[in-house]
Amino acid sequence: MIIKSVENFGFWTTQQIENVGRIFIFLFTGLFHIFTFPLQIFKIIEHTWFIGTKSMVVIMLTGIFTGMVLGLQGYYTLIKFGSEGMLGSAVALTLIRELGPVLTAIMITARAGSAMAAEIGVMRISEQIDALETMNINPVRFIFSPRIVASIISFPLLTALFDVVGVVGGYVTGSLMLGINGGIYIYRVNESVVMADITGGFLKSLVFAIVVTTVCCSQGYFTHLQTRGGFGAKGVSFSTTTAVVNSCVMILVFDYVITYLLL
Amino acid sequence: MKSPLIEFIDVKKSFGSNHVMQGVNLSIYEDETTVVIGKSGSGKSVLLKHIIGLMHHDSGKVLFKGEEISSMPRKKREEFKLNFSYMFQENALFDSMNIYENIALPLTETSRFSKQEIRKKVEMRMEQLEIQGTSNKYPAQLSGGMKKRVALARALITEPSIVLFDEPTTGLDPVRKNGVHAMIKSYQQMFGFTAVIVSHEIPDIFQIAQRVAMIEKGKIIFQGSAEEIMKSDLNEVSNFINGIGDFMEY
Amino acid sequence: MKKGMVEFYVGIFMIIGIVCSSYLIIELGGVRVINTNDYRLYAYFSSVAGLKKGAGVEMAGVEIGNVVSITLDTEKLLAKVELGIHENIKLAEDVMASVKTSGVIGDRYINLSPGGSETMLESGETIFNTESAIDIESLVSKYIFEKEEKKK
Repeated sequence: MIIKSVENFGFWTTQQIENVGRIFIFLFTGLFHIFTFPLQIFKIIEHTWFIGTKSMVVIMLTGIFTGMVLGLQGYYTLIKFGSEGMLGSAVALTLIRELGPVLTAIMITARAGSAMAAEIGVMRISEQIDALETMNINPVRFIFSPRIVASIISFPLLTALFDVVGVVGGYVTGSLMLGINGGIYIYRVNESVVMADITGGFLKSLVFAIVVTTVCCSQGYFTHLQTRGGFGAKGVSFSTTTAVVNSCVMILVFDYVITYLLL
Repeated sequence: MKSPLIEFIDVKKSFGSNHVMQGVNLSIYEDETTVVIGKSGSGKSVLLKHIIGLMHHDSGKVLFKGEEISSMPRKKREEFKLNFSYMFQENALFDSMNIYENIALPLTETSRFSKQEIRKKVEMRMEQLEIQGTSNKYPAQLSGGMKKRVALARALITEPSIVLFDEPTTGLDPVRKNGVHAMIKSYQQMFGFTAVIVSHEIPDIFQIAQRVAMIEKGKIIFQGSAEEIMKSDLNEVSNFINGIGDFMEY
Repeated sequence: MKKGMVEFYVGIFMIIGIVCSSYLIIELGGVRVINTNDYRLYAYFSSVAGLKKGAGVEMAGVEIGNVVSITLDTEKLLAKVELGIHENIKLAEDVMASVKTSGVIGDRYINLSPGGSETMLESGETIFNTESAIDIESLVSKYIFEKEEKKK
């Protein structure tokens, strides 16, 4: 029995290592084929429309409410120290350093990442990916490369949008509702944020773009290889769920790692 | 006797404990229509996928013009693939693209034709297959028979010399079935490609077959002309052709 | 979806995104375009705890420059602060630089109190009169221990 469980563990380990290898090969193939001719400009635009443009509304909604709640919480914490004037920097720094990139990435995962995983999963089970291969079209190039470029464009821009809208949200609660001087709020925002915060935020969103797209696309792409969730439509649903959960966990893990390295 | 275009020599393939191919020997000749018949799940599609390299065999050899396919250098392999088209059982049309884009895809992605040339070719194919006017529709909006024809148009757009059909008539009514068979035959004469058809439409399929091979339990148990298979005295073959199954097995 | 419309909406998205990014970078990040017309002064402090690169240099509450760099002078073992001062501001030789705090937990900045000398500082020269950051902790402990000693 012991031998059996050791065997199982070994089998499981090799499988996981294979998975990691597969995902990295997938990622590097995709990155390489961004630059192979003919460039897939129109497809990049189309995916930017899907990942970026269509996420704007949801990003603005989450942004404004995150900013507002930060304003509210921050106000009642800071007023204990009599320094409610610092609200601007509290809101701006929290948003730009942490919540902006992380929440944006999680929202895009929910909106676009799940769709990517499901769409590619369906392509896999309905043999569309095999069909590409028989037509001598590299499926990774065709499916993954335009999506990762679109993500690399969309994530930082949406993060910037989230940050700005969030700062406005903080202004709404802090200044319009709780009566902090608006000028002081803006001044504090301007004063406390330095370039390192902004570049750190952008760096995070770029890393998240690559992580989310790779996790979601590879889950869909390798739907046929997973054995736990069943095959066919069930397999696709399992892949989609796994893609979203894994993406969110990876976002938080990478967030910690990057913050640690930047500090 | 002329040498075969594609040759399987003792090919074995298994998925885990499921031994799908247990030493397949098969020859496919140029400009002929070869039909592979057999029960569902006997490994017909797997055999077809080995030809184009979607699957790789465990042992044995798959030769194209006397050359092992799986060990071809990359460049040669790409050229080799350009000769082929594959028609999938479920059509495998791209749901997110309209019919025009679907048919044009092999050209837009891999050829150097201009947009006008591609449009001309696609329109010509659509006309030949009588699917004009569907350009802006999506696959989900078409009927089963239309989808088949779109898939065939896509397969033929690159003017391939070899076309592999994976059960081209599943899910069609008898009239459409004969239509598809007639279509394959007439296009085969028109364009002169080598066809490999996996099917279980018996005996209709024999009308378009020059060669028939039967696969059973992972082995080719018969290959020869359509007339020969009708006269075959092998038990499994005649039972299968006459629709008599060994029901005890199931 | 017509192709033209996709491009239009992507265009809108890109413009909004870029506007937001540039607001963050230019306004908040404060890419303070380093004014080459600023002239440089140096000042040594025994402690600049809490002072950051880019912090303001003020005189009478008006900003007249920035902290360009903070390094440790390895010979004197003092903090060497490089100040960039707007060119139209002339400072006397005996100006006094001190590290100040705005508010109780606020940012550190450098305050310059005007001197009375006739000779003006040239670019690259050093301010001699300096006052380091006030260490609240030591002030508090000094206050407490002095009281205790008095009791004895």
